[in-house]
Amino acid sequence: MAAVTGSSVQPIAVGAGPPPAALERPDFEIVPRAGLPIVAAVLALLIVGIAVNEPWPLQFLHVVGGATWTVIDLFLGFVIGPIMGKLSIPARIELTTRLMPKMVLIMPTAVTVTLAAGWQLGNKLGTVQTSYYLHGWVVASYIVVGVMAVIALGLLEPANIAVLTELKKRQPNPQVIERLMKRFIFTAGLTGLMQIATLVIMTKLAAG
Amino acid sequence: MESERLPPVTQIGMLSLALIVAGGIYLAAHLPQQVSLAPAIVLLAASTLLLAGNLAALARVEGFAWARFFAVAKWALLAYAVIAGMIEYAFLRDGLSGGPLVVLTLSLVVFAVHVPVLIGFTVARYERPEPDALLAS
Repeated sequence: MAAVTGSSVQPIAVGAGPPPAALERPDFEIVPRAGLPIVAAVLALLIVGIAVNEPWPLQFLHVVGGATWTVIDLFLGFVIGPIMGKLSIPARIELTTRLMPKMVLIMPTAVTVTLAAGWQLGNKLGTVQTSYYLHGWVVASYIVVGVMAVIALGLLEPANIAVLTELKKRQPNPQVIERLMKRFIFTAGLTGLMQIATLVIMTKLAAG
Repeated sequence: MESERLPPVTQIGMLSLALIVAGGIYLAAHLPQQVSLAPAIVLLAASTLLLAGNLAALARVEGFAWARFFAVAKWALLAYAVIAGMIEYAFLRDGLSGGPLVVLTLSLVVFAVHVPVLIGFTVARYERPEPDALLAS
């Protein structure tokens, strides 16, 4: 048997006195069910936006989704990530169980809306075509998004789900949480850096 | 699970996703010109092989927490099928057809399968018997 105490797992002999206090964790859902209708509503808006195929709704969805995605990546990578790395284990767990379940819903939704609406908008305006005079910048944006997608899908999202699953266990392993949180903070910083490139490209495309 | 005994599922998965992304960028970067599909098909085939290899390597791991893997991966599969469906919808709405549509659709299938595999693997690799089960044994 083992109990979580601070940053290590302490073995406990059965009947050898009272066990150390277990780590307190707030109750949480890995995927917040209350947020699912909101996600469904946003995706329904996206379907309607693409079906209508008018510049304004597509622009709205692309800009709102992209701003959400960029700001969250920058904030997580450069503000929350370094703060989280310096927090005590209980404080980190408290923040993680309140923040990360929301990210499970927000980030895939924001990314899907940004990419699908952006692609449709690019087709509508002709900016995805080779004849567009800033085509090189558009291709650069594909590459930046592609790199971010591989990092986020291969490292960040699995680490997020894994740390939340670990925290749902009756006796979470702090070493596992530590390892996964390091991975999360590192990849969040990396995608934050990539988002700076996104901002450079998108402002260039907007300015012409 | 001991990390040393596990195949490099995450690394191979990321390489597979990178190949899919590269194929998609290649096709998207040449619109509306007709370009050879061969590079995109090669990248897709390589990505699919890596997915198959990843699954085969994982299937050979003794004592892997498959129950936990499937418990997580099935919901991730649902989520990523929805995401892939939205992207496919945009392709169809744009009138994409023929070879590029087939390649991009198959790429989305590989994406929608491989990401849940990576999520399920990352969760299941840290699975261990609950303390009560240890006491009972």
